[in-house]
Amino acid sequence: MIFAIFAPLIIAILIPFLSRWKEKVHTGWLILPVPVAVFIYFVQFAGPNFEPQAYSVDWIPSLDISLSFYLDGLSLLFALLISGIGALVVFYSIYYLNNKEQLGHFYTYLYIFMFAMLGVVLSDNVFVLYTFWEFTSISSFLLIGYWHHRQKSRYGALKSMLITVFGGLSLLGGLILLTIVTGTTSIREMVSQSDVILESSYLPLILTFLLLGAFTKSAQFPFHIWLPDAMEAPTPVSAYLHSATMVKAGIYLMARFSPIFAGEPNFFIFLSLFGIVTLAWGSFMAVRQTDLKGILAYSTISQLGMIMAMLGFGTEIALFAAVFHILNHATFKGSLFMVAGIVDHETGTRDIRNLGGLMTFMPISATLALFGTFSMAGVPLPFLNGFFSKEMFFEATLANAGYGGFSDFLVILIPILAVVGSIFTFVYSMYLFFGTFRGEYQKEKVPQEPHEAPKLMLLAPFILVIGVITIALFPGFFNQGLITHAADAVTGAENNRDIYFWHGLVPAFYMSIAVVVVGALLYIFKPKWDGVYRVFPGTLSFNRVYDWGVEKLETGSNAITSRYMTGSLRLYMALLLSAIFLITTTVLILTGGANFEVNDVAPITTVEVIVAIIMTVAAVATIFTHNRIGMILVVGVIGFGLAILFVLYRAPDLALTQLIVETVTVTLFMLCFYHLPNLEKAKQSITHKTINIAISSGVGLLMMVIGISAYNSRSFDSISDYFIENSSELGGGYNAVNVILVDFRGIDTLFEVAVLFGAALGIYAMIKLRRDKGAK
Amino acid sequence: MEIIMTVLASILFAIGVYNLLQKQLLRIVVGTVLVSHGAHLYLLTMSKLKRGAPPVLEDGVTQYADPLPQALILTAIVISFGVTSFLLVLAYRTYTLNKTDNMEELRGNEHD
Repeated sequence: MIFAIFAPLIIAILIPFLSRWKEKVHTGWLILPVPVAVFIYFVQFAGPNFEPQAYSVDWIPSLDISLSFYLDGLSLLFALLISGIGALVVFYSIYYLNNKEQLGHFYTYLYIFMFAMLGVVLSDNVFVLYTFWEFTSISSFLLIGYWHHRQKSRYGALKSMLITVFGGLSLLGGLILLTIVTGTTSIREMVSQSDVILESSYLPLILTFLLLGAFTKSAQFPFHIWLPDAMEAPTPVSAYLHSATMVKAGIYLMARFSPIFAGEPNFFIFLSLFGIVTLAWGSFMAVRQTDLKGILAYSTISQLGMIMAMLGFGTEIALFAAVFHILNHATFKGSLFMVAGIVDHETGTRDIRNLGGLMTFMPISATLALFGTFSMAGVPLPFLNGFFSKEMFFEATLANAGYGGFSDFLVILIPILAVVGSIFTFVYSMYLFFGTFRGEYQKEKVPQEPHEAPKLMLLAPFILVIGVITIALFPGFFNQGLITHAADAVTGAENNRDIYFWHGLVPAFYMSIAVVVVGALLYIFKPKWDGVYRVFPGTLSFNRVYDWGVEKLETGSNAITSRYMTGSLRLYMALLLSAIFLITTTVLILTGGANFEVNDVAPITTVEVIVAIIMTVAAVATIFTHNRIGMILVVGVIGFGLAILFVLYRAPDLALTQLIVETVTVTLFMLCFYHLPNLEKAKQSITHKTINIAISSGVGLLMMVIGISAYNSRSFDSISDYFIENSSELGGGYNAVNVILVDFRGIDTLFEVAVLFGAALGIYAMIKLRRDKGAK
Repeated sequence: MEIIMTVLASILFAIGVYNLLQKQLLRIVVGTVLVSHGAHLYLLTMSKLKRGAPPVLEDGVTQYADPLPQALILTAIVISFGVTSFLLVLAYRTYTLNKTDNMEELRGNEHD
């Protein structure tokens, strides 16, 4: 199984080499066998006697992350869709893209996507699932931006990336919480601990995160806005990623976790509510579109909403219908995208206002579209699979029981919104078909003379339409082999449902009839009422919210950054010192660290006080001196004062060094000051001055408080007795300070020498090296 | 005595910080010098002042001043001296290259 999953990735690595011969043979032909082989591999599992398969390889055992894959009915259904439609899409793309395109890039991205998607549906480990999940986001980003010279492609790619990665990250949060709650990373074991999860206090967070992940990926209201913009991708990509596979990743996720959450009131409320609103809103908005792929994008949104809602219902029939509709939607929507691509390819336009009357030019495409659109609309004919699942959907909408409160209201709302959404679905399906293939042929508006597509280009949508018809004609065959097993996986119990065309005169049948009748009337009188879109939603859309958000985020963060990153060192200094002051003061107050108890201090003597006063005066004078010689002298006074203090405090070596260093420093100051301008009176505003005074006095006070408190709260004696006792015995010297410097702690001295050496080198380099001399 | 010395060190800190917040390069250098003086005095003060003879061993003396902080300060003096002289030359070079010692005018160039 692992080879089946990794095969597309391995081929993706080889594709750049294969695409070199694209002048002779289209790259697509060379790699077409891979998805076909994967499909055949997975088909052999299907059948009435299906048994789940498990496979596992260690990856990061210490974190309990292993490449463990589990093939049950649901995974099998998805794996077959991914590899089957993948093969058809590759086949179709051979005719859709010509040699002038960068085929190597296209197929590499596509196969990475195929690999990632197979990984998503087969992973049993949540973190492996997440890894593959993000791979699908990245490869989808690359595919949407395939024609990266177009501004709209880049916009669409960025939008889908931002939204799906936002959802992906919240999914990661949810998965981590699930792992914490259950103590396992395996989805199967999580399902078996469903009661632990439902009783956990993290449940609301887990649900929020998982739903966000699923809603963004599967383009649910209000995160649906990325999908219409993703239509800038080449049509094979739209057909594959944005109708059949990737957008169902969120559906898959919800179906996979359905055994845990089914029956949980909030799960029902949120999933059903958002799903049903997405269904109604998507189909309502689809009627408004003028671009063929735009209609199909909103149609996908609405159909995904329908599946999502059914997963939310959580009843046995709803889950069964959801699984069934996943298969049906993939077949008819894939074929419709391919037909839309053919129309675009042969006429040069996708704008439905410019199209019409193509039936006579493209009879085969028209027939294929007829089956696709009518199946999507749910027209009650025994050879259209869309009708079967739609009627089951209606049946499911009526079979909900509320949990009290808002959910009771929702139970009434669901069938109404379902019918409304289906009516609009009917309208746009009819519009899509009749608007493109019937009516007047507008010669002047169509860029190319239309003609039928090459036979082999039609083969892929043809196979999908065959699928539409055979599923409808032989539902039992697909049911026994595939759908029942998938439903078993979702419900966690045995399913024995049969799929019939004729249910008798049940309420769902009347709903279907109502949809067809009202939908047909609405379609016929569409020009009379479609002005309503100018009023509602008018110019309202979530795209505006998104654009506004992205723009404000950028300008806002720019504004914030340019406010504090002014380039002024003074400001940075002030910010740093204020932060130090605030944080330290807070800690001092919180811990009660200040301690002014005075004990064990040396007696005060006059000499030292005089020196201290002189130093203070000199320090204050540095602020007011505007004469450079005066400044040097004042700084010198402080340094020499310090040297005197060292003498008084029994530190002869320090005093010596301080004297020498101070002398040299003063000399250096002299040298430099000679070349520097006089210290003119600084022009600084009163506010600056006040702030400076506040900060510096704050820092000074803080140091004082810390110093006094630290002096008074000594917790143990100094280790200096050791140095005194051993300096002559171990160090062989009588000057304890010097023995410490070169013997006990000699490493310090070594590096202090290195510092001096470095400073000297630096000074030399600064004075001697003048690279800019030649330039001047 | 230690309290007075702590206050003195804090005054040196405060005035050093005030100088650091000025615009002229030289004042900033002076500020660093003051802050390091303050730090050295602080170090010495924290280890108790005037508790015995200078730490040069002599027969008959039992109480010595703490030698360890003195060693630390000695190292610190030398290092701050190195840094100060480097800063001074840097200030000198900056002035000769840019013809200004005002930090507010030294804000990089358009290539940054």
